[in-house]
Amino acid sequence: MSFAKTLLLRTELPTTPAVRAFARLLEPLDDRGLEALAARAQALTRQHFGRVMRLFAPLYLSNECVNNCRYCGFSRDNAILRVTLTRAQVVAEARHLAGQGFRSILLVAGEHPKFVSNGYLADCIRAVREEAGVPGVSLEVGPLETDDYRPLVAAGAEGLVVYQETYHPATYGEMHTAGPKRDFAWRLACPERAYAAGFRRLGVGALFGLWDWKAEALALAAHVEHLLRACWKAQISVSLPRLRPAAGEFVPRFALADRDFVQLLCALRVTFPQVGLVLSTREAPALRDALVPLGVTTLSAGSHTEPGGYTGQGKADLHLTVRGRLVDADLTAKPAGERRATGQFDIADERSPQEIAELLRSRHGLEPVWKDWDDALVEG
Amino acid sequence: MSDQLQKLHIAGRAFDSRLLLGTGKFSSNEAMRDALAASGTGLVTVALRRADLSGKRDPFANILDFVDPQRYLLLPNTSGAMNAEEAVRLARLAVTAGLPNWVKLEIHPDPRYLLPDPVETLKAAEILVKENFVVLPYINADPVLAKRLQDAGTATVMPLGAPIGSNRGLETRAQLEIIIEQATVPVVIDAGLGAPSHAAAAMELGADAVLVNTAIAIASDPVRMAHAFRAAVEAGRAAWEIGLGATSQTAHATSPLTGFLREP
Repeated sequence: MSFAKTLLLRTELPTTPAVRAFARLLEPLDDRGLEALAARAQALTRQHFGRVMRLFAPLYLSNECVNNCRYCGFSRDNAILRVTLTRAQVVAEARHLAGQGFRSILLVAGEHPKFVSNGYLADCIRAVREEAGVPGVSLEVGPLETDDYRPLVAAGAEGLVVYQETYHPATYGEMHTAGPKRDFAWRLACPERAYAAGFRRLGVGALFGLWDWKAEALALAAHVEHLLRACWKAQISVSLPRLRPAAGEFVPRFALADRDFVQLLCALRVTFPQVGLVLSTREAPALRDALVPLGVTTLSAGSHTEPGGYTGQGKADLHLTVRGRLVDADLTAKPAGERRATGQFDIADERSPQEIAELLRSRHGLEPVWKDWDDALVEG
Repeated sequence: MSDQLQKLHIAGRAFDSRLLLGTGKFSSNEAMRDALAASGTGLVTVALRRADLSGKRDPFANILDFVDPQRYLLLPNTSGAMNAEEAVRLARLAVTAGLPNWVKLEIHPDPRYLLPDPVETLKAAEILVKENFVVLPYINADPVLAKRLQDAGTATVMPLGAPIGSNRGLETRAQLEIIIEQATVPVVIDAGLGAPSHAAAAMELGADAVLVNTAIAIASDPVRMAHAFRAAVEAGRAAWEIGLGATSQTAHATSPLTGFLREP
């Protein structure tokens, strides 16, 4: 039975020794208990991943989207400035990131079959690898069928990231009010379809703020446990994004406090010592610096969440949509600084990749790893 | 002590040290360079996926700049490859990029335990040997696979003591003993050696060499830990060359109580 069916049909989560151990680690801890958990998390991270930190950057291709997700800035009905970068514009953005050092890029796009077609994605992957010289390309795009993923793997994408957002079907239904994303099970089975198509890195996660954080975390752990068995050749990584301010002004329903966040991160590390933990620039600098030694294995840095955000690409092609329809808008009336595509969410850590790399070395004694993938692994 | 020890011979090349080092997980390239020097190693492995193979001297992938080719024989490894085809492609590319035609063949499709795939490893070894590569395959401690690889013409076999980075020592000891007993090529025990005592035990067992990475790379003082492993490897090797005494269930007094009866 697929994990999606298991989750939908059962009132209780499938429990395994790992998930039970994880649940115990989420029980309230006093300061000493939390400190001890953090020490275990740190030691396991160093043992399994070494004194290094992998770095990557997101590159937003498009903020067009046919879905309405109540918390997301790209939602179809939001009146925002949208654009889909051309191949040449994508190359310009990727070259900029490569110049900063990045050899691993996550291509991100809203879900829009017309603007963000499969052919377009394959084209972007090839462009980033061949013309910008970035060997490591992963994707965070709308879920596809296995057969539609195959050409993307053939084009050189190695990783696929898809967050379930919430593992609670009822909450999921309330949050996703229009578009193909409404299908909970289709999304949940996405990592397995991607694996079947040949992706070798799979990223999963939940968007904390939509449902009770502990229940969410337990379901996420069960999903990870399932993927470790079902997709045994894939490197699994987990993200724990917390809701950030975005267009649409959705207010998080459930808080995940910093202290609980730290406990969750450490508990995941202790339960799954070999699983990657990704930390984005959603979090503020002080917290990011504090989390770096605890269990994080992969950091983004200097990120922009709007298409063209790094080099100003695509400004000439901006258009305004309201409730999914194109409307005429005189963009020249806007100050030059505001004439850019709307971002998915606000960034909290705006430090440059170089600042982050230097900090990793000087404060944490960690070697920044930019390149961890070679084209030769996939080229025919 | 080391100058009295027999040299390690792999594919017609002699090495003073029986300690091979990996280059991953270090806190900086400088720390890695210093640990390599302290270990006394002559053979150093580097993951090709972390190196720049384009010849453009990428400053963001410059790990090879810290491994002096005059001092060490560089042993490119194929870590990251999921099957024979990918490993062969990486090895060929390394040679094209000017690296030695020695290759540490690593095909571990399972990222959780990094256990080597025996089927793909044998397949890749057969291809690479035909192309005149010096092949050092990383394998599970499987004596039959070790024999198959020797028959295929690999330069060594590199069975694991325990999963990579696990620091658990010689968990596969019983199988390692069979591999060592039957080997016609050097046996390098690779992976899982977390303490100098593990390395010494491997050498006492009759391994020709050991490969260590995590235990040195993540130590709070990698240089001193490299020294410690060096001393342990030398001690274990010396003991094996001399021959260890037999073990027994009962005590044997160093000054026998009834010895006077046999004195003239």
